[in-house]
Amino acid sequence: MSMTSVAAVQTALIDEVSQFLFREARLQDTHEYDEWEALWTADGVYWVPANGDDIDPETQMSMIYDNRSRISLRIKQFHTGKRHTQSPRSRLGRVLSNVEIIETSSDEIRVAANAMVFESNLRADTVWCTRNEYLLRREGGELRMARKKVVLVNNDKALYTLSFLI
Amino acid sequence: MTTAISSRDWGHLIQVDRVHGSVYTDEEIFQQELEKIWYRTWVYVGHVSEVPKPNDFVLKSIGPQAVIMTRDRDGQINLLLNRCPHRGNQVCLEHRGNRGSFTCPYHGWTFANNGALRGFPFAAGYEGVDRNTLGLGKVARVGIYQGFVFGSFAEEGPSLEEHLGAACGALDALVQSSPEGEIEITAGFLQHKAKTNWKFIVENETDGYHPQFVHASIFDVASSGIGDLYSADSTAVARDMGDGHTEIDLRPEFRRIGKPMNWFGTTEERLPEYVAKMRAAYGEEKANEIMIDGTPHIMIFPNLFIAEIQLFVIQPISVDESVQHVTALQFKGAPDFNRRLRQQTMGSVGPAGFLLADDSEMYERTQRGVHVRNPEWNYLGRGLARERRDENGHLIGDATDEVTTRGIWSHYRKLMEAE
Repeated sequence: MSMTSVAAVQTALIDEVSQFLFREARLQDTHEYDEWEALWTADGVYWVPANGDDIDPETQMSMIYDNRSRISLRIKQFHTGKRHTQSPRSRLGRVLSNVEIIETSSDEIRVAANAMVFESNLRADTVWCTRNEYLLRREGGELRMARKKVVLVNNDKALYTLSFLI
Repeated sequence: MTTAISSRDWGHLIQVDRVHGSVYTDEEIFQQELEKIWYRTWVYVGHVSEVPKPNDFVLKSIGPQAVIMTRDRDGQINLLLNRCPHRGNQVCLEHRGNRGSFTCPYHGWTFANNGALRGFPFAAGYEGVDRNTLGLGKVARVGIYQGFVFGSFAEEGPSLEEHLGAACGALDALVQSSPEGEIEITAGFLQHKAKTNWKFIVENETDGYHPQFVHASIFDVASSGIGDLYSADSTAVARDMGDGHTEIDLRPEFRRIGKPMNWFGTTEERLPEYVAKMRAAYGEEKANEIMIDGTPHIMIFPNLFIAEIQLFVIQPISVDESVQHVTALQFKGAPDFNRRLRQQTMGSVGPAGFLLADDSEMYERTQRGVHVRNPEWNYLGRGLARERRDENGHLIGDATDEVTTRGIWSHYRKLMEAE
């Protein structure tokens, strides 16, 4: 490939990945739980560590360390309509930026991005700031999330309830 | 809600079946609680397993006060205060670590990890100064029971065992679920903040009336069996153990079912390694008893809550803000069991937990609620007419009765009325 076409492929990939992440962000902001769940691969892992960026989630407590079945349980709990902390639901608006492709292989893409999330709920208005890492996988031509790690910048401090999808 | 600080009538604010809303919202009452409860009585600080080696330290707290828990080179546990006696600077900024001394970054004063002043730079300027008077502040008394470290700012008062009273038995029972008879706190803490007064949290921990409603969403979708323990037909017992300590005793239900590890929502076949080690350690009969009974659900006043498989530490920050520090209990010598304890705990507790996020929602709503002018009282009379005494003379009620909450308030009133 010429230099120009390599650059064009790279730009197309960044566009595709960004569009995927923006869609994920929108589904979270608007509480479209089933559509969000459908973004995951069958072996998906959703991880929100506590007390630092790189703790060992197998031995140390995380805020969320969901395998695929626990992601599903989380969604089912929302659907009962009795998840009090989300009724009424948080009003959310997030900005996702700094989308950077870290590594690509034949069918997987590692991506980094930052997010600022504004939450308004019964308690107050809260701003959450996160550094995210994604492992995306192409399945049947579509991108899916195989892993999402959300590092809250202040995860070493006491945090209010975080019961929406971050 | 206009009572003057000097003349609060506790007998009016705290009655047998109701408490006044101002006890959760009054800034002056909060300040009095710090002096009469948090800086006087025994308060849980940490566990010896958090500082296993000489010179280990970890930052902890007693109420809003930061406390450095250290193990000095002789192996003794110390509770030091994080304030340089020179100009008040914080001497420890790391959450945990291993060091024999703390050097204040401001002027270089150095303290041993038992609090003693080791030295100051340019010592000539301190001629005739007695170093022994310039050590770090310390929590006056340190007490350890089954590895649980408590501190009291009061030089004198009841011993830790006297303070724990009937709760000693619950801690003794707890550690037996380890084949080596010890628990360990090694999984790190989640810190869950809530816009609420600390007493709403304490009350909720042994309120057997709320789970069916607050936790209906998770009971509906995960078949844990927890919900049934708190039904109107449950044979479990709510108990006022005295001294402000309360529990929901689930053993009657577990004994009725009579299957080892049922209390943990599993079977012995699923944890063969653990079950074998327990039987080797305690013998078949005793091990089965332990594995049928499970671990306690006990609120040790004012801040240690053992919720079967989790340890919570309640920290008041201000009259309307509190933090729950929570981790999975780990039983020494039980790696297969511990792994499941961590997984289950992570799902349940903390800011995103299936259970605690909804509890926390209730703490915050009740905090806002009690600011409403009318009615001025919270009614706590459930089960008053069917309270009874158990064989040890403790008041008990049905699992959903408020005998526990009443016990907490009666003890609180005694502490607040004390000179």
